[in-house]
Amino acid sequence: MHDTAIIGEGRGANGEGRSAGGDHRSGEGRSTSGEGRSANGEGRRLDIEEIRRDFPILGTTVYGYPLVYLDNAATTQKPLAVLTAMDEYYKTINANVHRGVHYLSQRATDACEASRVTVADFINARHAYEVIFTRGTTESINLIAACFGKKFLQEGDSILVSGMEHHSNIVPWQMICEEKKATLKVIPIDENGELILGGLDAMLKSGVKLVAFNYVSNALGTINPAKEIIAAAHRYGIPVLLDAAQAIQHMEVDVQDLDVDFLAFSSHKLYGPTGIGILYGKEEWLNQLPPYQGGGEMIKTVTFEKTTYNDLPFKFEAGTPDMAGMIGLGAAVRYVQELGLANIQHAENELMTYALDVLREIKGFRLIGNGDAEHRAGVISFLVGNIHPFDMGEILDQQGIAVRTGHHCAQPIMDRYCIPGTVRASLAVYNTPAEMDRLAAGIRKAVTLLG
Amino acid sequence: MTIQESQDEIIGDFEVFGDWMDKYEHIIQLGKELPIIDSQYKTEDNLIKGCQSKVWLHAEYRDGKLYFTADSDAAITKGLVSMVIQVLSGHTPEQITNSEIYFIDAIGLRNHLSSTRSNGLLSMLKQIKLYALAYQAKSLQSKS
Repeated sequence: MHDTAIIGEGRGANGEGRSAGGDHRSGEGRSTSGEGRSANGEGRRLDIEEIRRDFPILGTTVYGYPLVYLDNAATTQKPLAVLTAMDEYYKTINANVHRGVHYLSQRATDACEASRVTVADFINARHAYEVIFTRGTTESINLIAACFGKKFLQEGDSILVSGMEHHSNIVPWQMICEEKKATLKVIPIDENGELILGGLDAMLKSGVKLVAFNYVSNALGTINPAKEIIAAAHRYGIPVLLDAAQAIQHMEVDVQDLDVDFLAFSSHKLYGPTGIGILYGKEEWLNQLPPYQGGGEMIKTVTFEKTTYNDLPFKFEAGTPDMAGMIGLGAAVRYVQELGLANIQHAENELMTYALDVLREIKGFRLIGNGDAEHRAGVISFLVGNIHPFDMGEILDQQGIAVRTGHHCAQPIMDRYCIPGTVRASLAVYNTPAEMDRLAAGIRKAVTLLG
Repeated sequence: MTIQESQDEIIGDFEVFGDWMDKYEHIIQLGKELPIIDSQYKTEDNLIKGCQSKVWLHAEYRDGKLYFTADSDAAITKGLVSMVIQVLSGHTPEQITNSEIYFIDAIGLRNHLSSTRSNGLLSMLKQIKLYALAYQAKSLQSKS
């Protein structure tokens, strides 16, 4: 076991933080987190119906139809373990963290720091203090764009992104590039929705200071060869930020194995609460960066002449943090760990294969992106005949099926395919083959109306 | 028919529909009957902002009245656009600026349409009222 797990056990041993996190609840009726972890490797078959019972919202109806929730790439639903942990936090230990001497403040601090350790363990970070709490993926990327840009970017330099990025991994870089008179370069994508890496070395050699790309595309579901791109960038001493917003809930993400320098993801796409996310950064990089925002918590000493900044991770966490969010995220991570990401990935791959099979039987169905279920995660982006994605989305909605339509905040991809947008059905661990049948039937009904 | 009478007629038409499928079928059919905008007017200038699906709207002023033609790349949007035009086209700028559009709520459309779509519909109504206001100002100016 790696360092962080040992830290994790140490923290857990004080008991208080853990119980506030509510992990004993999420463990009820299922294997303990330890067993879940070992089942990870062995491959345990998940009982999806049992998992569905953990998510109260999945039992609701929309316009009289049982809800089919297929907008998981936008946000996932929350299990009771998360809801209870946050509820318990407010009911029993709510207090401001890191500065109070009193009992509640200590307990709240322990609980929040236990969540940091849980996340560090989850992504296999070497140290818990390499895990920074932010408001989400977008803020994590903005933080690095602002702080890295301020310190390292100069006129004539460039930042390299990919052609399948979410706007949140384009615009922050454009903003800092504009400020520093640097340029934004783009790794092109092919018709299959995959990155064209032939010219990568040549691009890296031409003044690139940082590479930023997504592990999994939110618009196409493509899994990018992260390890390969990171290794290529490192050959030239260039750090890499990986946007794992659409990967973290579908597959195991190990920052040490990837050797990634910065990693960003959101809690709310990982069955956790909204408003909180993670920035992981290697200690040696984070220590070189200036602080992001000024305020309380991030300082050591303040005088009107000079302020000295706090150590990691607090240097990047100005102000009172989202305590309930941290505890909710911790509970969400433990929930996912108990299921086992390898098991989740296996179940979702099976479901993806089934979904593609049933959808391909629909006349005029056109998948946007790679058709190979093994090389995609979470997202099925499609069009049917000449039906406008908005029309399709609305008719599906009328049948209680929630999908996303439009450009998915990735306009450059839609321009690449010369389409106005797509219909996007995105999967989570709690989705079932029966729901894929409902989706297919819903699409057929839309075709009858609109075709 | 006055603007009010056209709206009441639409409301009456929709009362017969038992389920959402029939209702949508009717909306989509109305879209097919929409007076299609002449291709020369299908320009960037005539594109309605606020619609996630595209809507083009062209206004023409003849004999003191405003006439509208339009198009959309999405079928349901096109149907909605069609109804708005049916209600407001062929009236004076004064009648249009003074009108109150209530049929959309009355036929339960705003509930049934996604927020982006109803925003688009509202943007188009706003645009039509802006045209009417502009022509109203112009005709007042020429009279004085």
